[in-house]
Amino acid sequence: MTCPLEVCDRVLDTVRALAGDSAEAQVTVGAGTSGLTRFANSFIHQNVVEDTSVATIKVTLSGRSAGATVSGTDDEALHRAVGGAIEAARLQPTDPAWPGLAPPSDAGPAGYWDEATATASPAVRSGLVAEFVEAVAGLDAAGYCETTAVRAAYANTAGQRLEGRSSTATLDGIARAPGADGSARQMSAAVGDLRGTATGAAAAARARDGVDVVDLEPGRYEVVLGPSCVADMLLFLGAYGFNGRTVVEGRSFARVGETQFDPQVSIWDDVNQPGAVGLPFDAEGTPKRRVDFVTAGVTTGLAHDRRTAMAAGTQSSGHAIDGGEGFGAVPTSVFLGPGTASREDIVSRVGRGLLVTDFWYTRVLDPRTLVTTGLTRNGVFLVEGGHVVRPVGNMRFTQSYVDALAPGNVLGIGCDPQLGMVYFGTATAPTIHLASWHFTGGASG
Amino acid sequence: VFDVGTSAVEAALAAGARYADTRVMTRRNETMSAQNGAVEGLRRSDGTGLGVRALIGSSWGFAASTELDPAAVRRTGVRAAQTARASAAVPGPQLELAHIPVVNDSWESGCVEDPLAVSPSEKGDLLVGVTDVMHRAGAPVARASYQIWDTEKWLITSEGSRIFQRIRECGAEMSATAIGDQETQRRSYPGIGGQYGTEGWELVRRLDLPGNAERVAAQAQALLTAPQCPATVTDLILGGEQMALQIHESVGHAIELDRILGWEAAFAGSSWLNLDRLGSLRYGSELMNITADATLPGALGSFGYDDEGTPAQCVPIVVDGIWVGVLSGRDTAAIAGVPAGGMVRGDGFNRLPMVRMTNIGLLPGDSSLEEMVEATDEGILMDTNRSWSIDDKRLNFQFGCEIAWEIRRGQRARLLRNPTYTGVGPRFWASMDMLGGPDEWTFYGTPNCGKGQPIQIGHTGHPAVPARFRSVRVGVHG
Repeated sequence: MTCPLEVCDRVLDTVRALAGDSAEAQVTVGAGTSGLTRFANSFIHQNVVEDTSVATIKVTLSGRSAGATVSGTDDEALHRAVGGAIEAARLQPTDPAWPGLAPPSDAGPAGYWDEATATASPAVRSGLVAEFVEAVAGLDAAGYCETTAVRAAYANTAGQRLEGRSSTATLDGIARAPGADGSARQMSAAVGDLRGTATGAAAAARARDGVDVVDLEPGRYEVVLGPSCVADMLLFLGAYGFNGRTVVEGRSFARVGETQFDPQVSIWDDVNQPGAVGLPFDAEGTPKRRVDFVTAGVTTGLAHDRRTAMAAGTQSSGHAIDGGEGFGAVPTSVFLGPGTASREDIVSRVGRGLLVTDFWYTRVLDPRTLVTTGLTRNGVFLVEGGHVVRPVGNMRFTQSYVDALAPGNVLGIGCDPQLGMVYFGTATAPTIHLASWHFTGGASG
Repeated sequence: VFDVGTSAVEAALAAGARYADTRVMTRRNETMSAQNGAVEGLRRSDGTGLGVRALIGSSWGFAASTELDPAAVRRTGVRAAQTARASAAVPGPQLELAHIPVVNDSWESGCVEDPLAVSPSEKGDLLVGVTDVMHRAGAPVARASYQIWDTEKWLITSEGSRIFQRIRECGAEMSATAIGDQETQRRSYPGIGGQYGTEGWELVRRLDLPGNAERVAAQAQALLTAPQCPATVTDLILGGEQMALQIHESVGHAIELDRILGWEAAFAGSSWLNLDRLGSLRYGSELMNITADATLPGALGSFGYDDEGTPAQCVPIVVDGIWVGVLSGRDTAAIAGVPAGGMVRGDGFNRLPMVRMTNIGLLPGDSSLEEMVEATDEGILMDTNRSWSIDDKRLNFQFGCEIAWEIRRGQRARLLRNPTYTGVGPRFWASMDMLGGPDEWTFYGTPNCGKGQPIQIGHTGHPAVPARFRSVRVGVHG
């Protein structure tokens, strides 16, 4: 495999040769392999592998910028991409908010890596799927097992040079009983951590518990939300709320220094925390640093890229995303601090409420209030007097994610943090117990 | 290029595949965005590679690579077969393929003005200009962008088909966001995410972004102080752009045969439709006529052949309100016992082709938006999608729009903010009693349809007209 940093150097040499030493340029090269095995109706129906190598280049000439992305690392393709970017940059208007390139700095840890995951064969993934399918015996199974590995490098003409690598392994599936699905999932940096039998058995138990649902009237309910639901909340809180750009533009709820959440709530981003996965630097070559967004209920920090940091008079936190000029900076390894209660303890404290496994198809109605609509999925259960009494039909909710975590509304946080994929990266979230959640309809209408 | 693909197919067959195909693809993409009178980013991408599909037993194996030297190409073919073979650890019924003719052909989408040949400075001036106008007109955040794709692909199948296609697509969008004390309001033109088609830059010129910039900014500002959409049950008129979203979510995905067969159950979800009812199930009122037509010139879901080599075609989906058709590929069609529909496409060389919407459209009726308003004593007119959410069986939906007007005694009355409506697919479609006519029939394009794992972004088209629905629940708020 070609060394990504060596490819970066070739690109920068080409920029200098074509545009002179005054040109500013940055390049990220990611080379990786991924494999994904999908199963449905209890058999594998799609099995894919991919080797990729992508160079993402940005050239800036006197404040005029253009970017290019090219697959492969051959000299001709890279030369053509650099030449096209230079030509396009010369025709662009000057960017008055160009923040310049990331200066040289310490790269920090290289990222979490597992060689067995990086070299996992289709047979390894198929073996895990076989365990999952066998464990749901008597029910239909569907889902996927994925292994990914990427080696990446970043370099720019200001002298910044970084390398990192990351591996991930995921087993995620459902068991399907008549009229009820149950889900379970595992994610880690190492494929050896995945347990097909245990994951399948957990999904099957949820599915069997979910059979024979009744519909409940919509309204406000006390809820216990599973880790994947909380991860969804963290995604939107981060992308729309703790995003330095939305704050600078006045489109965010976040007000640093104010108590906006319950004192039990602490939220941060830290790619270097044990258990996290991902690369240790961002798309602009800034090493990712820990940012505490919420500390004991008080909003304390924001994610910044170089552009939003300049506008806010601060430093980038290393949260620029590829192609994110128009979106801003977002958390990519976000955590919600766990509590001490087990899920069973939390359920035992519920008077009358709902235990929700997963959310589905959530969309933000207004990015400022974070009023969000979506549905429950893969198991909803009525809890009365501290006991799960029966499964209920899926329900639609329309609820502000900020209000849901407001002071006094958080009744408990579980000790069961679970790593999971979200749109911009990963979230590690525990079960959470909330006093009120607004269900606005049943899924059946 | 055909020789390269043939080499990969032969390698897959030699490694045990009973069927194999290869797509060699080159895709050039250009996108630019601007905010408040300044260009934020211009990016060009250039991706070339090949993807090989190999069928063994009950599973597809797929391998992709950017390396195109002869040894690497053969290696990719072998890897596809080996990957398919690994699926035997969890086997199912043998997968068959519906018959399609062997084809040697080429096809190219229509394009008057090559969008990649238009100067970046001209395109930048357009975005800078309209965002500057919207910003000066009072929008704190004024954004605009365009996207261009120029795709060449060579398909080689082990049955002997050789097909070359070149498809050029482009489109643009702009939006103005007003910021109030408690919430934001956005107006977009020509719709959320913009308008796209298989056309050249003439499409963007036709949109007339500059001619709509001031109006969009003024409406965003006006929405901040408009009364909230009331929570009630009333007659609902939807503009064409929102109808496109309604069709996409509550018809297009529901009729995907891979969903109906359970292949997407764990991720994208399944469907409320059961093949036992194909041909007899009432999907909506008698005004409802839906086709999947990949032959419409300029529509975003048009092509010559799908990624299996099945010719583009027009397939009836709903006729006079009765469900009669599905979206299929060769494998799903063989299971369901229907002809291959030619609806399989992959997002780039490195993604396994899967069932995808083509142009899923509602055929026009004989009314018009203004006639619908005049014929409505009390109701709400909503337009331009703002949010969309639907359950995993594609039944229960809740959609939000950017703007609404109260209708009283056949007249547009007050502007309303935060309009939403909710319903259940077949009941909602059954309540449709007025449809816009041919003059209002527009081919809306959706360039961001997510499906599959690894996730694939599909380009779909949705011909639509305004329509009226009776007794709909509106005004669902948090």
